[in-house]
Amino acid sequence: MNFKCDKCGQPATIHLTEIVGGNKNEKHLCEDCAAEDGITVKSNVPISQLLEDFVLQTTSAPQQEQPAGPELTCEVCGTTFSEFQDTGLLGCPNDYDTFAEALEPLLEKAQDGHVQHVGKVPHNIGRSQKRQTEILRLRTELKSAVTAEDYERAAELRDQIKEMEQS
Amino acid sequence: MTLADLTQHAGEWLRGAGPMHDVVISSRVRLARNLAGTPFLSRCPREQQAELEQKMRQEILSAELAKGIFYVDVAAAGDLDRELLVERHLVSRQHAEASHPRGVAVSGDETISIMVNEEDHLRMQVLRSGLQLPEAVADANRIDDAMERCFDFAFHSRYGYLTACPTNVGTGLRLSVMLHLPGLKLAGEMDKAFRAAGDMRLAIRGLYGEGTEASGDFFQISNQTTLGRSENQYAEEFSERLIPAFIEYERRARKHLMDEQNALLEDKVSRAVATLRSAKMISSEETMSLLSVMRLGTNLGLTDDMDLSAINELFLLTQPAHLQKIHRRDMTPQERAQCRADMIRRRLDAG
Ligand SMILES: [Zn+2]
Ligand SMILES: [Zn+2]
Repeated sequence: MNFKCDKCGQPATIHLTEIVGGNKNEKHLCEDCAAEDGITVKSNVPISQLLEDFVLQTTSAPQQEQPAGPELTCEVCGTTFSEFQDTGLLGCPNDYDTFAEALEPLLEKAQDGHVQHVGKVPHNIGRSQKRQTEILRLRTELKSAVTAEDYERAAELRDQIKEMEQS
Repeated sequence: MTLADLTQHAGEWLRGAGPMHDVVISSRVRLARNLAGTPFLSRCPREQQAELEQKMRQEILSAELAKGIFYVDVAAAGDLDRELLVERHLVSRQHAEASHPRGVAVSGDETISIMVNEEDHLRMQVLRSGLQLPEAVADANRIDDAMERCFDFAFHSRYGYLTACPTNVGTGLRLSVMLHLPGLKLAGEMDKAFRAAGDMRLAIRGLYGEGTEASGDFFQISNQTTLGRSENQYAEEFSERLIPAFIEYERRARKHLMDEQNALLEDKVSRAVATLRSAKMISSEETMSLLSVMRLGTNLGLTDDMDLSAINELFLLTQPAHLQKIHRRDMTPQERAQCRADMIRRRLDAG
């Protein structure tokens, strides 16, 4: 078999195979292009591949499950559900709650049927949870203050957030 | 301690003496964490990314996590330094190539690296030689505890540790084991191994050449799910059930080759050693391929020209950024091929 480099068309000498969830992907590169890509024998975890896989599952979810009307948007960071579908990335911790209904079936698929965490729990969980909620609330207020061009209030809120983050 | 100090030798995790070192090169554990009440990295304005980077850098350096810990401002580092970090597995490729404020803290022995502002705010990584997952998980847990004293991490009672990408949510734990599988490769049984990995819900990734000359017989196996089991359950399943299955396949393949095709194997090994001893120019691909055969030969007692840790070290030091860093200049591929051949010859003569 004679493969040509995917990037420059020269004879390919490096053949990369990734198998994720039973799907096989092949790349063919010449040594120079592979070196440029930084492909070494000991590359890191194929997170991008996992991500691709995940986004693929996400976007192929049946459309009718999406309710008509305004799109789901996180009120803290402004990320919309379709933005998440495009990038595979969420915008802030609050998105997990905002998108919970649409996200959970996808999680279940990606996580082999599991949606409940059973691992480590932070030691300072009580204090931390309270503070997290509080900071998120302040950030939401900050956002609307900025939108309303109430800069005095915005400055106040920024100080409060800073203080909370440093305490 | 600086980056330049690293180029003369390999990290602790490549010393080649860890458990199951005939097949397992290294074990890696990574924990992903994000700060509570803060947008994930891609949603942070640049200014906030810079602020976060400063804050995390300070806390990490003052937490006394490990001996000789130093910090590299990846955004300010030169191309070659960034490449060097990737070749040494201290940062991911994405982290090296991004353009926002970011960095990495590295322990003196390179078994710990903490990426700041990767896809998640913190990515804490522990590398160990051979198969040592529970030990590596314990170490990562210790670092996480120390970081928890400095920061509140985004945590959800149902979904666990919250990550930018839901494929990491829950434990935020990624286990990766790097395997050397030349026996399966020579026996033409890699497809079987790939299928087995798929069945076990594992991701397997490898690099290899086609045709008569195999190149690079290294494969990395990692978990695909991060939610629904505890960190220790993941680590135990990996080190007691999943990885031993691959080790067993590989050992069986090697034994079969020794029993049935001894002459062929001996020929292959002595040719590889002879080429490495005499080459005046050698590509990184050919180097990988021949060193792999030599490593197999060493494990099977067919050659003692170099010990395992020296071979492991050569895999690392003959990579492009390492060669250029050692020689302190940019080199063309041809110059690199010469320097690479020189380095290998010298090491063989010394060993
Ligand atoms: Zn090319
Ligand atoms: Zn959000």
